[in-house]
Amino acid sequence: MLAALYVMAGIAIALGAMLGFFAIKFRVEGNPLVDKIDAVLPQTQCGQCGYPGCKPYATAIANGEADINRCPPGGEDGIRKLAELLGVEFKPFGEGTAQPKPKAVAFIDENICIGCTLCTQACPVDAISGAAKQMHTIIEPLCTGCELCVAPCPVDCISMEPLPQTIQGWKWQYPVFTLKQAA
Amino acid sequence: MRTLFRFHGGVHPPEHKLESSGLPSARAPLPGLLVLPLQQHIGAKPKTLVQAGDRVLKGQLLARAEGNLSAGIHAPTSGTVLSVGTRAVPHPSGMEDLCITIAPDGEDQWAQHAPFDYLAMPKEELLTRLRDGGIVGLGGATFPTHVKFAAAPVHTLVLNGAECEPWITTDDRLMRERAAEIVQGIEILRHLVNPAETVIGIEDNKPEAIAAMREACANTGIEVAVVPTLYPTGGEKQLVKILTGKEVPSGGRPFNIGVTCGNVATAYAVHRLVHHGEPMISRMVTVTGAVKTPQNFEVLLGTPISELVQLAGGALPGADGYILGGPMMGLHVGDDRLPIVKGTNCVIVKSPQLFPPQPPALPCIRCTRCAQACPADLQPQELYWFAKARDFGRAQEYNLFDCIECGACAYVCPSHIPLVQYYRYAKGEIWAREKEKNAADAARVRHEFRLERMERDKREKAEKLAQKEKAALAQSAQAAADPAPGGGAAQAPAATSEIIAAAAERARQHAAHAQPKNTGNLTPEQQAEIADIEARRAHIREIAHKPTESRPTESRPTESRKE
Repeated sequence: MLAALYVMAGIAIALGAMLGFFAIKFRVEGNPLVDKIDAVLPQTQCGQCGYPGCKPYATAIANGEADINRCPPGGEDGIRKLAELLGVEFKPFGEGTAQPKPKAVAFIDENICIGCTLCTQACPVDAISGAAKQMHTIIEPLCTGCELCVAPCPVDCISMEPLPQTIQGWKWQYPVFTLKQAA
Repeated sequence: MRTLFRFHGGVHPPEHKLESSGLPSARAPLPGLLVLPLQQHIGAKPKTLVQAGDRVLKGQLLARAEGNLSAGIHAPTSGTVLSVGTRAVPHPSGMEDLCITIAPDGEDQWAQHAPFDYLAMPKEELLTRLRDGGIVGLGGATFPTHVKFAAAPVHTLVLNGAECEPWITTDDRLMRERAAEIVQGIEILRHLVNPAETVIGIEDNKPEAIAAMREACANTGIEVAVVPTLYPTGGEKQLVKILTGKEVPSGGRPFNIGVTCGNVATAYAVHRLVHHGEPMISRMVTVTGAVKTPQNFEVLLGTPISELVQLAGGALPGADGYILGGPMMGLHVGDDRLPIVKGTNCVIVKSPQLFPPQPPALPCIRCTRCAQACPADLQPQELYWFAKARDFGRAQEYNLFDCIECGACAYVCPSHIPLVQYYRYAKGEIWAREKEKNAADAARVRHEFRLERMERDKREKAEKLAQKEKAALAQSAQAAADPAPGGGAAQAPAATSEIIAAAAERARQHAAHAQPKNTGNLTPEQQAEIADIEARRAHIREIAHKPTESRPTESRPTESRKE
């Protein structure tokens, strides 16, 4: 009787010690949910959601402070992915809030640029090259189209150019068949 | 005698080869206009070297290969470059792409070219010459040949002369007429990969080609294997399976199992380049279908379809379009101004009698006839359901990317479902999403690096400031500890001000001596341009300084409206 008690108590203590040890050894740093949400977001860092970047927005969603329909660059597809990830209902973009736009990249009119460097300071992904009093240029493949450089420009030389449909970017469409009306 | 193996599935569409295989091939005359798309191969678009108005010679390099996975584009004849710009190209999108347009001058004058001794040069140089010579796989996929044959070690070299698609007879005619040249090309490819064995696979519906190749291959160690006629025997992976019994692993290439596969027409093009110095400027094309006299033509790249159709006696009444390639995998187009490119092996003129319109698709009845026909051992019906439901993850799990888009599944489908279209749609979506994901990941890395850099800058500045403060404190402490406070305290600031004055003097002198390097020796036009720019700048500065005055004038009307 007593022996059985000792054995059970011993096992309980050993397992408890193991659990405690591994809880410390394999501790997860940070909130893994934030990283998962951040991976779904389009990383334009545009701030249209009202947060200063994708990571802060992801943190706000994880904390339950923000809705999932605040990210226009992600489109409805992005909301769907977030809804699936978080196990919540799909929510369309709210009226009066920022709506998704066709993809565009910034373009600097090089004749007007005065080289003030304000846009390079605003660019969240370092996609503008230039130095003080030198002409600035957008590095197009790196531009995420966040529009953050447009407002700071003192001479309004930055415009957003929609990306044209090219043969390289073309993809096969979903097969659609027109139905003929029976006579 | 080689033991042959079977691949899973396959179909037997009506062959329609005899229409065009009877007549010997002819050389197409110079067309009125040549349109050369820059993207004629898989890989990077080559870089244009000519501009409108340039006179070019036959065989001259027009666009240089950009990077390794690319190939050069050459002038098919001598003439004048009319334009370098976007034009309609043979592509499923029907969109325009960058093309070089040449007006031939009729002289057909060659640029300097000479054969070279491939045995005397390192293999790397031979590969570079294949790339610069614009040699790509002519079986239809147009994969750059130098990349394929850079692979080593290889124990079997497979030459593809199967030509399994209906209607097409270019390889058949080429093997019948130019067997010796093909074998010379194969010798060069053998030199590149040094295989233990070399086999040419030819379908048994081409007895003349088999006989010609057997004769040419006598005493060369090259084996001619006759394979049964079954679509898609000419698929790279399928032919490798038939001849070696080995299966190319999922997601892999024949190279992974020590096999390299090339088309017989590619071998011929390699021969022309090495033994005659002629780059890839022409190819054999079958013109067939609803035309008066179907025939094969040796065609300059860039020749419009319409001229070829005229050569074949013109289209028969009722013709309503063209297929570039074969009916199973080819590209359906309506525009007869589209040019022949490196990958165009056949032009079929369509008519409703030959190619009746596909009846409307009915629901899938899960008969799995597509699975029985699939040469890649896939489950086409499952892939179809996933693609239709846009469940791309599951489609990938079912090895969507091992689909070779041969069309055997759609051919046998009793519901006439355009299965391949669904697979292409799913593949395109998956690629696009992957690209977006990669772009987002790159943006995240750049953003995080930027945040880190700003943090680091701030930290370094703070550290510097702290150090300065510490130094100043130490100095003042020292000054306080100094036994002669009156003299010491007054001296230190004097020394600093002297240093500053000296530095300012140095800077002044430097500025006086320094000369901007790009302002000397200017032409009057450049000076005028500079003056113009300065004037513009002055104007902009004026505007930039004015906003306080201009804004109220703008807002005033709205205010008055409110009132």
